[in-house]
Amino acid sequence: MEALYANILEIQWQQVVMWLIGGVLIFLAIKKQMEPTLLLPMGFGAILVNLPWSGAVTQVYDGVAEPGVVDLLFDMGIANELFPLLLFVGIGAMIDFGPLLSNPKLMLFGAAAQFGIFFTLSMAALLGFEMKDAASIAIIGAADGPTSIFVANYFQSNYLGAIIVAAYSYMALVPIVQPPVIKLITTQKERRIRMPYEQKNVSKRTRILFPILITVITGLVSPRSVALVGFLMFGNLIRECGVLDNLSDTAQKVLANLVTLFLGITIAARMQASAFLNPQTLLILALGLVAFVFDTVGGVFFAKFLNLFLKQKINPMIGAAGISAFPMSARVVHKLGLEEDNQNFLLMHSIGVNVSGQIASVIAGGLILNLIAR
Amino acid sequence: MFHVTEFLQTLPVMGKGMLGIFCVAGAIILTMYALNFFTKDNGEQ
Repeated sequence: MEALYANILEIQWQQVVMWLIGGVLIFLAIKKQMEPTLLLPMGFGAILVNLPWSGAVTQVYDGVAEPGVVDLLFDMGIANELFPLLLFVGIGAMIDFGPLLSNPKLMLFGAAAQFGIFFTLSMAALLGFEMKDAASIAIIGAADGPTSIFVANYFQSNYLGAIIVAAYSYMALVPIVQPPVIKLITTQKERRIRMPYEQKNVSKRTRILFPILITVITGLVSPRSVALVGFLMFGNLIRECGVLDNLSDTAQKVLANLVTLFLGITIAARMQASAFLNPQTLLILALGLVAFVFDTVGGVFFAKFLNLFLKQKINPMIGAAGISAFPMSARVVHKLGLEEDNQNFLLMHSIGVNVSGQIASVIAGGLILNLIAR
Repeated sequence: MFHVTEFLQTLPVMGKGMLGIFCVAGAIILTMYALNFFTKDNGEQ
């Protein structure tokens, strides 16, 4: 009889708190539709791994370790960085670089919008985080789940669970975080600047050569980013080559969904109460917000800086679309433009900037890996 | 409370990081212009 209730007596209050956090993530995923593909599995996983003596994680009974499936999946797919890289193949297959290829200088805004990563690195160090943890926290500003997982895991950060929760939560909150920041740092006159769009065709040969050349260029500059950039561009090459439609389709749908499924629940391996419930988690959530805010600030201010020298002014709001949250950030900027002037269509410009942000965020991740010792 | 020394140590990383991103972005931009130019030259659209 005791066997039936003995484990119930092992429940700790910290585990109950994690059940509630898991419940909140599930609620946000279902009711608010915030990044449901990741938040729901993470929320359920948080409950799974925080049951007393949960068989889902490795437990030691009388000195003998019994491996748990979540830990096994973590070792097989996250500890060796496999899952985020496979997901990048799928993401690359989904991206259309056309809007960027037709207006290459938009790439500058994607670069500028990674400022939040490095600013947050400094803030995290100021608040006492070790360099490797500060770098892992800063990469939340990449607004790119796989890059955040890849970098945080590379540095074997102690805060992987909190970092991933922060990264995906803020990606879903872009429509709430960005507009007030943009309005604070721009004038109404600036937000009303019109940018006429001229459609330019991009040749198939350009679309095929682009992913190959980008991999070579970024790989030569930042060798540790080859896996990240290479897998993203590999996915894109499958899409653009025109002879692998089945593989492209599989990468975009089956592969991406399958990996996302495993990724979400496996991240929960780092959401056990002992690792997640500490004051640093709240700091990480705050620093994640700082990263997103200063990404926005970096992109917008860069556009304002360029306007000092340009006759044909740029609407500085498009700089904010340089974060990697695609396509939400582009839509946010377009919507803000319409709010100020219902004839101001910024979508094609902001999409081009948003796509450049996807490349820039991966480059930023690679540079962080190169600049900071493991 | 604030770790100023560690903060100052990150400033060169910030500088090199942003410079690095802009340098790579510049190389990518030139690549894109070159690709558009050469394929246009070949009459492809």
